Amino acid sequence: MDKVLLLTRREISAYFVSPIAYVAMALFLVIAGFFFALSDFRPGAPAAMRSIFDVMMVILVFVLPIITMRALSEEQKSGTIETLLTAPVTDVQVVAAKFLGSWLFFLAVLAPTLVFVVLLAAFSDPDYGPIASGYLGLALLGALYVAVGLLASSLTCNQVIAAVTAFVVLLMLAMVGPWLAAVAPPPWRGIIQNATIRKHYLDFSQGVVDLVHIVYFVALTAYALFLTVKVLESRRWR
Amino acid sequence: MSAMIEVTDLTKWYGPTLALDRASFTVEEGQIVGFLGPNGAGKSTTLRILTGFLPATSGQACVAGHDVLTDSLAVRRSIGYMPENVPLYTEMRVDEYLRFRAGLKDVPASKRREAVDRTVQRCWLTDVRRRLIGQLSKGYRQRVGLAEALVADPPVLILDEPTIGLDPAQIQAVRELIRSLAGKHTVLLSSHMLHEVERTCSRVVIIAEGRIAASGTFDELRENLADRQRVVLEVHPGDGGGGPAEIARAFAQVAGAGDVTHKNLGEGWLCVHVNPAGNADPREGLYSMVAKRGWRLREMRSEVPSLEELYVRITAGEAADADRPAA
Repeated sequence: MDKVLLLTRREISAYFVSPIAYVAMALFLVIAGFFFALSDFRPGAPAAMRSIFDVMMVILVFVLPIITMRALSEEQKSGTIETLLTAPVTDVQVVAAKFLGSWLFFLAVLAPTLVFVVLLAAFSDPDYGPIASGYLGLALLGALYVAVGLLASSLTCNQVIAAVTAFVVLLMLAMVGPWLAAVAPPPWRGIIQNATIRKHYLDFSQGVVDLVHIVYFVALTAYALFLTVKVLESRRWR
Repeated sequence: MSAMIEVTDLTKWYGPTLALDRASFTVEEGQIVGFLGPNGAGKSTTLRILTGFLPATSGQACVAGHDVLTDSLAVRRSIGYMPENVPLYTEMRVDEYLRFRAGLKDVPASKRREAVDRTVQRCWLTDVRRRLIGQLSKGYRQRVGLAEALVADPPVLILDEPTIGLDPAQIQAVRELIRSLAGKHTVLLSSHMLHEVERTCSRVVIIAEGRIAASGTFDELRENLADRQRVVLEVHPGDGGGGPAEIARAFAQVAGAGDVTHKNLGEGWLCVHVNPAGNADPREGLYSMVAKRGWRLREMRSEVPSLEELYVRITAGEAADADRPAA
């Protein structure tokens, strides 16, 4: 555990010295602020953050792959993966630290959006329950996106390919999936619908915390991380 | 002394390419051993297998008594490894990086500062310890890599081309540093340059095309070469006449002589090189030939081919009679 924390700390500090992370952060906050101003923060709208939480599902498909793309690709490109994996740490520790590093950075990117809550509170009387559950959903959503991004980044030493791969997978889960569910014949419709992120994410912003949804995100995140560990291990039999 | 590194029948296939072919060698505790071979001979592959980064296709390797495959973490704990090209995190500062690596290598938090201070001094990094690694020159990066390998004070050091890309003064310094590790640490360093290995190492393992071509101390290798010595004579045909070609022809007919080459030294003197045929000794025959013809002789000596020549021959694929492992 000590080593996971040590690696995580290096990971986070690496984010804060890299310009690409600041670009992703700025991009995210501009887009999020824009949607918040347009849909949630206007006269007559309910004092809630539902629209902004819902649209995050799509914004993050574009933003998080940019944040996670360097995690393992860069190590492979520069060769530091060799010093990293020949140190006395297990592959699981490495992946856990990479995940924690990226996820905590994502939470740091998310933190400025708490200003939205302050703004709502200043001008009306928001219901804090759905806002809290919305943030919980966002944290879980971010964990899944980060895990998928890590998996993509473990597969290639090219950061652009890593970002695009993660982007395509997330696009399938978040946007193409729901569309497929709408046009698929009945027996498939339910299955596809239940596999999509949309189906499990939207409830959080309405204040519904369903165990099924939590299990969905945690399980898929764990699965993507498991695959990432296996990709790292695959150098042993490739 | 016990074997710190033990490699038995190590074989590695990269897909259809054979990179390492039943390589076996041992490195005793406290020795500095040079792993010598041309580029692409399988040096880095072997080192990567020893450090647990890659698995072997077959065969066994033990470091500090632990199997690299089944007991990888224990092996990695006892190794300091500097890979080829010295990959480093360029966005970190030198001492920050070393402290991070010391932590990864189980140096207790209370001793990390001391360990970093010690290695920074040892590797002459004091001036640059607050600099970003990305801004350092190649020579300094190489030293950071070396410091990283040393920071946890591991019993075994594996260095892949430690002096490549350094200027002569730095090479000298790195050599001294490596030599100072003898006794306390076991060092296996790879190089493709013989003189490099000759100056730092007590033993050498020569690898060519994935096979171990020779191994032993330099004296043992030289001994193997001793019976391949050639005879050098400086003769003058005297008044009796006879051109250089005739002298060469006469020497070639002596029992035990193989190839003969000659060179004009001026004023009628001739330098003749006589290579022995097989293990024969033509020296006596050569002298009687000189005496019989009444030539003047001012020098006759045996010349042992240099290790450099042996190394070139081995790496050129003529390992045939040099590959009796002396160890």
